[in-house]
Amino acid sequence: MTLRELRPGQSARIEEVDARQPGVVRLMVLGLIEGVEVQARNSAIGGDPMEVSVFGTAISIRKQQAGCFQISPLDPNV
Amino acid sequence: MSEQTAVYVSLEKIGIRHRAAASIAVIGNPNSGKSTLFNRLTGLRQTTGNYPGVTVEKHSGTMQLGSSALELVDLPGIYCLGGFSTDERIAVEVILGRINHSKPPDGMLVVLDATHLYQGLYLLQQLMEMQVPMVVALTMTDVATASGIDISIEVLQRHLGGIQICPVVATTGRGLDNLKLALEGIGEAVAPAIPESWPELSSTADELAALAGDAMPRIDVLQALIHPQGERAATLENKVGAALLNERRSRLFGDEPPQASEARHRYRWIRSVLREAQRQAPLLDRFGAKARRWINRPWPATLLFFAVMALVFQAVFSWATPLMDGIDAGAGMLAGWVGAQIPEGAFSSFVTDGVIAGVGSVIIFLPQILILFLFIIILEDSGFLARAAFLMDRVMRSVGLSGQSVIPMLSSFACAVPAIMATRVIPNRRDRIATILAAPFMTCSARLPVYALLIAAFVPDDSVGWFNLQGLVLLGLYLLGIMGGLATAWLMKRSALRGPKPQFALALPEFRWPNLQTVLIKLMDRARIFLKRAGTVIFTVAIIVWALAYFPRSADIQENLQSAMAQAETAYAGEPLATELRRLENDAAADQLAQSYLGRAGRLVEPVFAPLGWDWRVSAAVIAGFPAREVVVAVMGTIYAVGEEVEEASLADKLKSATWPDGSSVFTLPMVLGLLLFYAWCLQCAATVAIIRRETNSWRWPVFAWTYMTVIGYVGALLIYQIGSMAG
Repeated sequence: MTLRELRPGQSARIEEVDARQPGVVRLMVLGLIEGVEVQARNSAIGGDPMEVSVFGTAISIRKQQAGCFQISPLDPNV
Repeated sequence: MSEQTAVYVSLEKIGIRHRAAASIAVIGNPNSGKSTLFNRLTGLRQTTGNYPGVTVEKHSGTMQLGSSALELVDLPGIYCLGGFSTDERIAVEVILGRINHSKPPDGMLVVLDATHLYQGLYLLQQLMEMQVPMVVALTMTDVATASGIDISIEVLQRHLGGIQICPVVATTGRGLDNLKLALEGIGEAVAPAIPESWPELSSTADELAALAGDAMPRIDVLQALIHPQGERAATLENKVGAALLNERRSRLFGDEPPQASEARHRYRWIRSVLREAQRQAPLLDRFGAKARRWINRPWPATLLFFAVMALVFQAVFSWATPLMDGIDAGAGMLAGWVGAQIPEGAFSSFVTDGVIAGVGSVIIFLPQILILFLFIIILEDSGFLARAAFLMDRVMRSVGLSGQSVIPMLSSFACAVPAIMATRVIPNRRDRIATILAAPFMTCSARLPVYALLIAAFVPDDSVGWFNLQGLVLLGLYLLGIMGGLATAWLMKRSALRGPKPQFALALPEFRWPNLQTVLIKLMDRARIFLKRAGTVIFTVAIIVWALAYFPRSADIQENLQSAMAQAETAYAGEPLATELRRLENDAAADQLAQSYLGRAGRLVEPVFAPLGWDWRVSAAVIAGFPAREVVVAVMGTIYAVGEEVEEASLADKLKSATWPDGSSVFTLPMVLGLLLFYAWCLQCAATVAIIRRETNSWRWPVFAWTYMTVIGYVGALLIYQIGSMAG
């Protein structure tokens, strides 16, 4: 499962990042790296780009890049 | 030596203000409260100048301390020293003292946002590698407490090698005294120990720095390691050899981009620090948070964006119009009064029609520009503009740009000059240039007088359903500008500026009430930029256009005028006499203009513009408008002999009755629509050309922009006129 498929309100942990894809490094610099927990928030109309929060900071990310982040979902009720 | 310099210190400096002893660079993430803190520390003692010889603004202020003063230099808000965008490069160059060999700052004030420590510590780590004394200001501590974030300063300090950390609330001023004390002692502070986030990187940098020798400091070596495409990389390769460098790189980074490995290591370290230093209490879901989440959903947020923009434009026009009318009337009255004091002739015309009208043509735009910028700054500071960039990213992507181009384009509706400067946040140079080329298409405030005149004269004041036809035409012209800009970006990104798709990674700030002082200081700063960059150009151009329209003077016309006026005085009396005299003077002025250099130029180029349906008068007015489009209305006023104090209604009447020699009307509907389109698309603004030259650092792009926009304006007007005339 990738970050692309995360629905608003759901949380997940980033497991693997494909840093070689264009635009991914910029997101890693903002703190989206292996091991951190992320939560999907809102999106623009059409679902792209999406808003993902990490350590309380909301980050805008396009679906294309979101597909480069492998995640494992966490229980949404926690 | 020091005694001798003391002798030459001018008297007024003694005792009033102390010379700044040391300079401190202020740096932090975007939206970290850096500007508010900077303004708090320096108050109104701020200046915006240039670094000598380069086109980078230096925004600095003086901070008064008991017995001394510090110079604070404000740097652009950035997330890392990655050199992605122009802003990031500026920050690095300033801190390292590389901008034209200016002195490097004596220390750094790093602004950390307590609610976004995670990203803040990333930049802080990179800054610590520079080995410059630093003090950390921890801002937004009140917001952090309210959000249940508990930060242990002691633990944080221990992990950061003992850097002094001062918690502050910039909006209320709490903690500022402590911060000032810490800054005062920054000269004695030692450079912080480099954080142990990636020992292998540190030791490799040490090793290569030793090999490279004194000419290349360690931070340069580090930057060269991490940025193989950067400027320093080649230097390092020369010094230590490509084989060794590549071997070290592949050992550290594998086959991934070096910055990715760097981010992994640094953030791993940051998470271990935060685990100890920061505690997040679970929060009750308050009403405010719920409401914000609802409003940030896709459709409500997008509708809100358009509603806010509509409100802003409505406010801009309804508030600015009375002020602009006031300035216009004031300049007219001043010119009239001054004209009465000086004997008539070239000098009086220079003062009234040249200087006063020139200054007036600059300040007349201030109300609109200031009001629009006031709104844009408020939207920016409240975090709304970043949201707008997020929401509009999809639209911008379809023309090959990203949401980051939205903010400069919105600013262009006031004036393209500050908008083009706002493109510096765009990481990729090609995307930045495409945005710079698109920005001048947006309908700036200088186009409005021309639109207003032509629409009032030639578009019937009818209703179409709920809407007013004139309003619809104006809306259409705005859309025409937006379409022209987007189409240009699309074309450029598919041809000359072809490159990888722009990326869009942006931190979205939470909604926050803007700080009044910060808003006002930013507003003053933008007004200063407008007056300095655009104002000087517009003023110069107004003087040149005046000279072209005034010289050469024909003595015959003046003599005829004198005798005609003498005749009129015998024939009329009272009010009819005054009307007749004004008519004679206006006709004479029109005759003078007809044989002036400008009038001759209009006749000369008439064949060029004849296919667009323009006679020599329109051509002359358009030529006069090339350096600054807003002079067109005044020139038309003179050409059509209604005087310069253009009463819109009387000029509109004159335009309607203007004819070709064969008696057919000049201002037909196709011709007017073509003329409007020409104004919407043509780059008639020397100030914009100058700022494109400055920001792209070459003549290639301003020359291209000017030629391209003139050509499509011409072709568009030609097509509309020819097709419209055939159909009509």
